[in-house]
Amino acid sequence: MPKDTGIGASTVRREDVRFLTGTGEYTDDIVLAKQTYAVFARSTVAHGTIKSIDTSAAEAMPGVLAVFTGEDFVEVGGNPAGWLINSRDGEPMKEPKRPVLAHGKVRHVGDAYAAVIAETIEQARDAVEAIEADIDELPAVVDMNDALSGSNFVHDEIETNQCFDWGWIEDNREATDNAIKNAHHVTTLELVNNRLVPNAMEPRASIGSYKASTGEYTLHTTSQNPHLTRLLISAFVLGIPENMLTVIAPDVGGGFGSKIYHYGEEALVLAAAKKLGRPVKWTADRTESFLTDAHGRDHVTKIELALDAEGNFLAFRTDTKANVGAYLSNFSTATPTFLHGTLMAGNYTVPLVYVNVKAVFTNTAPVDAYRGAGRPEATYSLERVIDKAARELGMDPIELRRKNFIKPDQYPYASAAGLEYDAGNYDALMDKMEEVADVAGFEARRQASEAKGLLRGFGVNAYIEACGIAPSNLVGVLGSRVGLYDAATVRVNATGNLSVMVGAHSHGQGHETAFPQVVAEMLGIDPAVIDIVHGDTSKIPFGMGTYGSRSLAVCGSAVVRATEKIINKAKKIAGHMLEASEHDITLSDGVFSVDGTDKSVTFGEVALKAYIPHEYPLEDIEPGLEETAFYDPANFTYPSGAYACEVEVDPDTGKVRVDRMTAVDDFGNVINPMIVTGQVHGGLAQGIGQALVENTSYDENGQLLSASYMDYTMPRADDMPMFAVDHSQGTLCTHNPLGVKGCGEAGAIGSPPTVVNAVIDALQSGGRNVTHIDMPVTPARVWDAMQNAK
Amino acid sequence: MYNFDVEKPGTIAEAAAAMGADEAQALGGGQTLIPTLKQRLASPSTLVSLRGVAEMQGITRDGDSLRIGGATTHAAVAADGSYPALSALAAHIGDPAVRNRGTIGGSLANNDPAACYPAAALASGATIVTNTREIAADDYFQGMFETALDEGEIITAVRFPIPQAAHYEKFVQPASRFALVGVFVAKFADGVRVAVTGASNEGVHRWAEAEAALSADFSAGAIDGLSVSADNLIADLHGSAAYRAHLVKVMTGRAVSAAS
Repeated sequence: MPKDTGIGASTVRREDVRFLTGTGEYTDDIVLAKQTYAVFARSTVAHGTIKSIDTSAAEAMPGVLAVFTGEDFVEVGGNPAGWLINSRDGEPMKEPKRPVLAHGKVRHVGDAYAAVIAETIEQARDAVEAIEADIDELPAVVDMNDALSGSNFVHDEIETNQCFDWGWIEDNREATDNAIKNAHHVTTLELVNNRLVPNAMEPRASIGSYKASTGEYTLHTTSQNPHLTRLLISAFVLGIPENMLTVIAPDVGGGFGSKIYHYGEEALVLAAAKKLGRPVKWTADRTESFLTDAHGRDHVTKIELALDAEGNFLAFRTDTKANVGAYLSNFSTATPTFLHGTLMAGNYTVPLVYVNVKAVFTNTAPVDAYRGAGRPEATYSLERVIDKAARELGMDPIELRRKNFIKPDQYPYASAAGLEYDAGNYDALMDKMEEVADVAGFEARRQASEAKGLLRGFGVNAYIEACGIAPSNLVGVLGSRVGLYDAATVRVNATGNLSVMVGAHSHGQGHETAFPQVVAEMLGIDPAVIDIVHGDTSKIPFGMGTYGSRSLAVCGSAVVRATEKIINKAKKIAGHMLEASEHDITLSDGVFSVDGTDKSVTFGEVALKAYIPHEYPLEDIEPGLEETAFYDPANFTYPSGAYACEVEVDPDTGKVRVDRMTAVDDFGNVINPMIVTGQVHGGLAQGIGQALVENTSYDENGQLLSASYMDYTMPRADDMPMFAVDHSQGTLCTHNPLGVKGCGEAGAIGSPPTVVNAVIDALQSGGRNVTHIDMPVTPARVWDAMQNAK
Repeated sequence: MYNFDVEKPGTIAEAAAAMGADEAQALGGGQTLIPTLKQRLASPSTLVSLRGVAEMQGITRDGDSLRIGGATTHAAVAADGSYPALSALAAHIGDPAVRNRGTIGGSLANNDPAACYPAAALASGATIVTNTREIAADDYFQGMFETALDEGEIITAVRFPIPQAAHYEKFVQPASRFALVGVFVAKFADGVRVAVTGASNEGVHRWAEAEAALSADFSAGAIDGLSVSADNLIADLHGSAAYRAHLVKVMTGRAVSAAS
């Protein structure tokens, strides 16, 4: 098999033809017959009591078909949290109801309290303005410390703003405290992991439709996981029988986590479609995206690192407040806990870790998983405090990390934070990084910058992350309310081409190209005859969708398992055709042959025989050639990497320019290097964006100050250097059939601390005693830090 | 967007007449107004598009003076080159889409406190020509979004004296890429003018102390001893008043060094 087609080939992405020629079909492109439009009335205050909502004037407006308020959904369910977290004292977390439309109170700016359905979108907008809502503004709960200490509650019925107080690993608490008390040296750092707005290029959109004659509902929606959305709507929110609801997520223009979750707008358009007997479409405008998409990050952390005199790590202890916003989004409780605390041992042989996370309700948009989801927060805390420790101890930051790395002969390695790492080689990654980043040449580059009046700094980072969260048995014990397998059906058609139906959803990841590469390699056929079907619950097996860098490791493994079943059955059919035992049949380059003979049949001939089963052993083999597999991984996969960044800081303005960015990642076996490189590029851009420019800012009244691109800075191409990306140092994942790990989030996990470490290095080497600047490291913050360090 | 009528006059006289309608609003390139309408933050009854007014298009040079029609796009000014510092400024407003739609008249009429053109007009001592009169730049800018324009008055042209040397130095607000602080320095035979945009709650303004120092010695070092008060400067999530005050001096020095 030439490596221009199968596993390891940088095959050009076939989906890009439609994306780049404007022929993709996104939810808002879909126009259903007799379609109507929904527009939401949204709170302009962060916190308030709904005293009354008068919709009569709106209902009388031209074109208006219906107006809904929270009253209409009192009898239905709420949007649930997908993961139960128990507090240190054993108490389950607080789970206030999240209704379809706000009822009783509004709890953040943008919280929807009514919706108008009209013939046109402009008529619906006009009618929304005619709704008379009497909302008594209450003081807003914005700051997490105020939220925890005060008696002004986001949800009055729970009488606290603390969702949970989680300890990990609780049994290590006392030992960790003692290790820190008795250590030779303790480095302490207080930091903020800044809140991010996801900013998918395509805003959220949904179309609900209902067929009265059969009772069938269809939801077209911008989802990363259509089956999960269907399950939530059916089992928790509206009670629509699962087999009466089809969820279709067509082309989706990016998600970054924000489209994992079920949102109230999806339930509203379905309920409205039933009431009106006509399809109802809603498409968010950009302001709604800023105000209501689940945001990311927003941790405030104190981390301590205890070291002995030789620089060996003895313990990490963290104290984190995690903002969950006004309501629990579906995975908001898993993100700051099991996706964060479990990574707090990093790549290191540290014996003790204790993580405390208090999740806090505030009058802000809900916060949930965003590219990296908990792991960037863990990596940022670890890799910033390690850098600070190196500086305090006068040690080289690379050598301090190497000294504490888990070594290749220690796998499988049980980390102090409760995970079992299966494979890795962190020294090899660091070696490669030093080579690719030309660390040896840094001093000369520093002097060149100095000659221009600029301060140059070098930052380094080592990360490990956990992708493809699993296995279901374990996560169930830890509080997950869902399974975390995935599924694939491989359908060989009579004429020899294939449709592969997958549970993972592609919204930029390149599944339509990469999955066929795997199947083609296994069958020895041309990937061009293999088509990927995804995103439609009426066509695909029950899968859990795409997030957490799981698609290839989990769904790709299901594809492998289903393809193995295809091969086994095809061998039986070929054996019959060739009058030989299936055990003597070998598949190579798309041809089944009998070992030691010249007898053979092609894959296509076997496919045809399966569907036209003449002269066929029907008593032994069923006709057809279609197989399904569900795959539930034995463990996470553990990508790791060594990153380097060089920045130039303008001491007169505080402006930071990233000059060099190197990412050396261990992704295990790489199916399509070009796609993987692209994923790393995207992650780096988002990570550099978080580190330098993205600033989600609420004022003390809960108004989002950065609610548009006039004030929320998106990273742009000219903010980026050319990236140096390497994934030559892969160690194979030991427990999935392809030996693959996840690559989708790595760049966003590894880069923020690398950039900030470089900025601090630049300021320190320029004689400014600055030890920390919170992200985003804007020019104003750098200048302020330099003033304060004078 | 609410409903409105659109008028497309072909002459200044027709435009002025159309502006007489109740709640009429002039439309230049629409780079601020159209987004405002989309957000339903304005509801004019009539938009009077100035794009089709031939008398308001184009750039003509007359000795040391440059006349730019009010409906001339940023892209056209950028491409002109008669007044290099002005063309360079225009070349860095927004992005290509903005520069191909936005007009100098629209920008000056709006007088956004972080816009670039007001700094050029004020530092150059430009004359704002309207359908009824001529207004000196020193009299024209009256605070954030405030100008000397009367209701219905249209900027038909802007006349710039071309200085001996000039430069505009902009430190961008990273999200909008408007000026967080922008300083335009213009050196004339009779002295130096310095105009600052982006920094002040009172909009674009001159920096008199720097003008005096630079008129005596046109070098970046001439302002070393000066300091800028943070009083009444803008403080927002992009930077404090003190930071903006600091940037005013840094950008002024850089503008002087780069002036040509």
